[in-house]
Order: sequence, then C-alpha cells, then structure tokens
Amino acid sequence: MTAYIIRRLWQMIPTMLGVILLVFILFNAVGGDPAYVLAGKISNKEQIENIRRQLGVDQPYWVQLWIFIKQVVTADFGASWSTNEQVSNILATRLGPSLTVLVPLTILDALFAIALALAVAYVRGSLTDRMVMIVCTVGLSISILVYIIVFQYFFAYKLGWFPVQGWGNSFTENLFHYASLPILIGLAVSIAPSLRLYRTFVLDEINQDYVRTARAKGLSENRIMWVHVLRNASIPIITNLMANLPGLLLGFFLIERFFSIPGIGREVILAVERSDFPVIKALTVYVAFATMASNLLADLMYKAVDPRVQLK
Amino acid sequence: MATALKSVTPLVREVPHTVSPGLWALAWKRLQSDHVGMVSLAIVAAFILLMILSGVGLVAKDWNLETGVNYAPPSFIGADIESGTPAAPEAQPAAPIPASEYKSSVVDPLADVLAEIRGEKGKAGVAAAPAAGDDAKTVDPLADVMADIKASGAKAGAKGAEVVAARTATLPFGGDKWGRDVLKKTIKGSETSIFVGLAAAVVAVVIGTIFGALSGYYGKWVDDFFNWFYSIFSSIPYLLLILAVAAVLQQKGIHTIILILGLTGWTGVFRLIRGEYLKHKAREYVQAADAIGASNARRMFIHIFPNVSHVVLVQLSILTVGFIKAEVILSFLGFGVPVDVVSWGSMLNEAQNELILGKWWQLVAATVAMATLVTAFSLFTDALRDALDPKLKGRMGA
Repeated sequence: MTAYIIRRLWQMIPTMLGVILLVFILFNAVGGDPAYVLAGKISNKEQIENIRRQLGVDQPYWVQLWIFIKQVVTADFGASWSTNEQVSNILATRLGPSLTVLVPLTILDALFAIALALAVAYVRGSLTDRMVMIVCTVGLSISILVYIIVFQYFFAYKLGWFPVQGWGNSFTENLFHYASLPILIGLAVSIAPSLRLYRTFVLDEINQDYVRTARAKGLSENRIMWVHVLRNASIPIITNLMANLPGLLLGFFLIERFFSIPGIGREVILAVERSDFPVIKALTVYVAFATMASNLLADLMYKAVDPRVQLK
Repeated sequence: MATALKSVTPLVREVPHTVSPGLWALAWKRLQSDHVGMVSLAIVAAFILLMILSGVGLVAKDWNLETGVNYAPPSFIGADIESGTPAAPEAQPAAPIPASEYKSSVVDPLADVLAEIRGEKGKAGVAAAPAAGDDAKTVDPLADVMADIKASGAKAGAKGAEVVAARTATLPFGGDKWGRDVLKKTIKGSETSIFVGLAAAVVAVVIGTIFGALSGYYGKWVDDFFNWFYSIFSSIPYLLLILAVAAVLQQKGIHTIILILGLTGWTGVFRLIRGEYLKHKAREYVQAADAIGASNARRMFIHIFPNVSHVVLVQLSILTVGFIKAEVILSFLGFGVPVDVVSWGSMLNEAQNELILGKWWQLVAATVAMATLVTAFSLFTDALRDALDPKLKGRMGA
C-alpha cells in the first residue's frame, strides 16, 4: 500500500511539471509583457518595473521559468496586481466560504441522488422512470444561469425567504442564513446529472446474479437495494464524487458571484476580469494539484470499498 | 456498387441480398425506428437551418432595429399602460445608455466594480498611449460600440423614416431595453451560440482525433508523450482552463472563443479515440493493409478511421451541447462574444436586470430557445449512440 502511494506520487511529478509549464507558456509567452496589461491599472511606473523585475521579464525564458517554479514550491506568488493583497492570503481566506457551500451541497446531492437513483432504477422502464429521466434531461438543458436568476428573483427578491445575497462573519449564520439558497440552487442543478449517472451505475448491478441469489434466499427488497446493490454501485459513485471534488470548487463560481460569497470561484472571475495574473496562475496550479491528489485519494477509497480491487 | 451489379447481368438477381447494408445504412434504419431520436433530429435540423438562414441574412437581419418602445411587452399581453412606457420621442434621447447605467439597476453589488473594471479594461485595450494617470471612469468603453449600433440602426431606418418615428407599443415576443424585437434577437442569438458550439466542437474533435490516432497507433514514446499531455490538460478543471486562456487572450471575438473552447476541450475525444486505435491496430484488416504496402498515414486515416468514425460523430454531438452551454456562461460573464454580437449568454445577462423590473420575456425567450435545442440535441445524441452501437443499448437497461 505504502509502496503504491509512493509510486503514484512519484508518477505525479511529470504531470505537475507539465501543468507548471503549461501555465508558464500561457501567461509568460502567450500573455506577453505584463507592463502592457498593467498600464491601465497601476499608474506608478516604479511599481510596474518592480513587478517586471520580480517576474524576470527581461531575462531569458528559462530564468523566468525557474522563478515561477520557485514561486509554486514556496507558495509565494507575490501580491495581487489589483488589490495588493498577498496571493497566498487570498487563497487561504477564500477557501472557507467556498467549502461552507460545497461540503453540505456535495453531501446532500449524494444522498438525494443515490436514494432517487435506487428508486428509479428499481422501477426501470416504467412510466415513473421515463418521466424522471425526461425531467432530468430537460432540467439539464436549462442553463445554470437561468436557475440562479429565477431562484434568486423568486425566493429571495420576491418572497423574501432568503437574503438576496451577502456573507457574514459567523460560521452558523453563513451556513443557515446566507448559504441556504445557494445550496438549494446547487442541488437543483446538480441532482439531475448525478441521478442520471448513478441510475446507470445501479442498473449495471441490478441484473447481477447476486441480486437473484439474495432474492431467492428471501431477503426483503429494501435490504437487497439498500445493502447489496448499493454497496456494489457505490464503488463507481465514490470515484465519481471524489474525482469531481476539485472541479466543484470552481463549478459553482456563478453561484458565488451572484450571491457575493467571497469564495474561490468568485475570486477566479474577479481575477479574470481584472487581468490579475498572479491570482489566476496560483489558482490554476494549485487546483490542478488538488485534482491529482483527489484522484489518488479516489483510487485508495476504491480499494477500501471494494476489496477485490488490486492496486498495482 | 449495387447498381453496377444489377446492370451487368440478370444472372446475379438469382442470388438474393448480394450487398448487405453497411454500418451507416443500418444505423440510419435503427435511428428511423427511434421516434424520439427522429423528432430530436428534426428539431436540431430546424435550428441549424435557422442558423444558416440567419447567417446569410435571410432571417432576423434587422434584429438591432429599434422597432418598438423600450421594453415593449409581448403582443399577447397587450400594451403596458400603467407603467409609464416612454413614448417614441422621449425614448430617443434616452437611448445611448452609458456603461455605468447599463448595470446600475441591478441588485448586484459588483455592478460598480464591474463597470469600473470594464472601463479600465476597455481603456487598456484601446491604447496604452493616453496618460496612464487619468481617471478610468471618464472613458465609456461602450460608447463607440453603441455609436456603431446606433449608426447601423439609423442607416437601416433611413429607408423609411417612419420606422423609427412610429415605434410600436407591442412586439410579437416583446422588446428589450432599446425596443429591439426579442424574437429576432433570439434567432440572431441562436445563430451565434449554435455556430460557436458546432465550430468549437469540430476543432476539439479534430485535435482529439489526431492526437488519439497518433497515440494509439504508434504507441511507445509517442503514446507516453500524448498521455502526459492529456494528463496535464485533464488535471486542470475545464472551466478554470477556459477562464485562464480567456484572461490571457485579451481580444474578444467569436474566433477567440471558438479557439478557447476547442483547444481546451479535446481530452475526452482523445481518450476514446486512443482506445479505439489501440484495439484496431492489431486487427487483421490493418495487417492486410500493411501487407499490401499501405503507409502508416494511409492505414491510420483511410483504413482505421472509418471504423472509429462513429465514436467521433457521437463525441462531436456531445461536445456541441457542452460548448453551447459553456459559450452561454462565458458570454454572460462578458468573456465571450463582443458587445455588439448577440448570443443567448448576452441575452441572459440583460435579462437578469430586466427581471427585477418585471420584464420577463427576454429571459423566457433565451431560456426556451436554449432548452429546446439542448434537450433535442442531447436526446438525438443518445439516439445516435444507440443506433451506431446497438451493443450499448442492452447495457443501458432502457
């Protein structure tokens, strides 16, 4: 097991270097001289010169690349070009609000989608099943923007059930007051695709021999579905959940923007709007690393859930 | 070939079914028996036809003509009397809306910040020449674009001066802030969104297919290299990658957004095509092609490619749906199409503010158009996959 983890970590190094290289090429070679971007933003000539020197713009590319690698390793990307806040500080403070929305959202989404998937798969081919699938397909084809605009308008603006937007200082206030509508919208958007996917996972299992055996020995349908089928179907479900986790961090950037939740996603949009390259660079690199780490974690959990899996 | 055989000699007719239908004929037959798939295909075809008609200027050419009063309600509701709709002469001077007002009616607390940022960005884009010290807010980035729109509208209206003078109180499906016909705007927006989706999907599929073919066919270090490349792209969440590229490429435009989506979206195609080529390269027909001296490129693209093209087609369809959705989000955020081009995303952006004022029609128009197309496209994709790969159907448990 340890050997496996070490080997996987070792194999990650070329990919990590590749991500760094890609981001470097994108921002230093394609993006060009930052002085051009900064001209409309910072009036102080000296400050621009400082940033150029910091990035090593006047030096050969390999020196610039080395500077960038050092930045990644030491987690020191300098200050934001717009707000002068330290990039590491931005990342650290924005993570909390994002997780306040995402963790409950992911848990609720998984619970609802799994329960619904089991129910729908149990009556597969019936009218209910087909209706649910049609609703899912139509629901999926409506842009997330429409959900946010309409929900925010009706539930917050018209009915006043939730705050229109905002973010407080205490965790409980945030979770139960400010985050509830964003979580509700997130659920409305994410259950449809999850349900469709989990339904196919359950259907893969439902015709297996062990289900017939369980039925033959007189187990209740509830036990068959919730214990026997679910345990087997949960293997791909867990992998899917884990693999999506870092993407989720950004996936709900629209929700964060609409509700002005000071999270990672909103920070990305702000950074892109302001051409705040250090923030985007740092976020891209670290989210990529997080994705790799959570993929590894997914494989390890795969093994934990399913003892048949041989890690090699 | 069938016709050739028939014309040669009547003897052949004694042997029935000399030519068995090919993959595509069989798939078409299966697709025809799938009613949902056929209806979806018809809807998708209708949208694409609309896109072409609108593209060549037969439909919705005059979409930016201000034919109605501001926020003209849909005809089926009737003219809005009580909410003080400004009459045509009053509406004229109010028309060139400055950028700050453009967003100010929203609850969005970022509005000012955004307006300011856009101002700065626009200024930086115009030229670095003006003294960097002056206040960014004094420059209206939309001014010249708005002037363009006004000018073209006026030009079109010049033919009949009464067009501008006599603004109608209602429009078939309502009007937007400037009194433009929402129905025509939706058609024009469909053109942009569908075109971007299709073109970007073609770019992504071509890249993914070529990389996948090379990787799967040659194997060894070529495969290692492309796998490394793939792992880099797939470890960065898709939307983050798009946003990062959008941040770097400062110029906006339809070509830019097609390139962004295409260059970042090829990974799924690559993985599938690579797997197919790995499977096919060891098959006997490829060995036979090798024996008759076919070159590597010929084996890859003349012999193997037709046998994996169904995978490519399904991927093209899946990607188009995904890219249409992505374009809408990007344009909504202002990283997509330029200001003077209308797309579903830019319509939703306007609709967001209008909804607070109770003007729901633009939101509904864009949403219905997009939901119809995307639903039809998704169902068609499912039908296409079932038709091309009947082995899958049983597994899906449908």
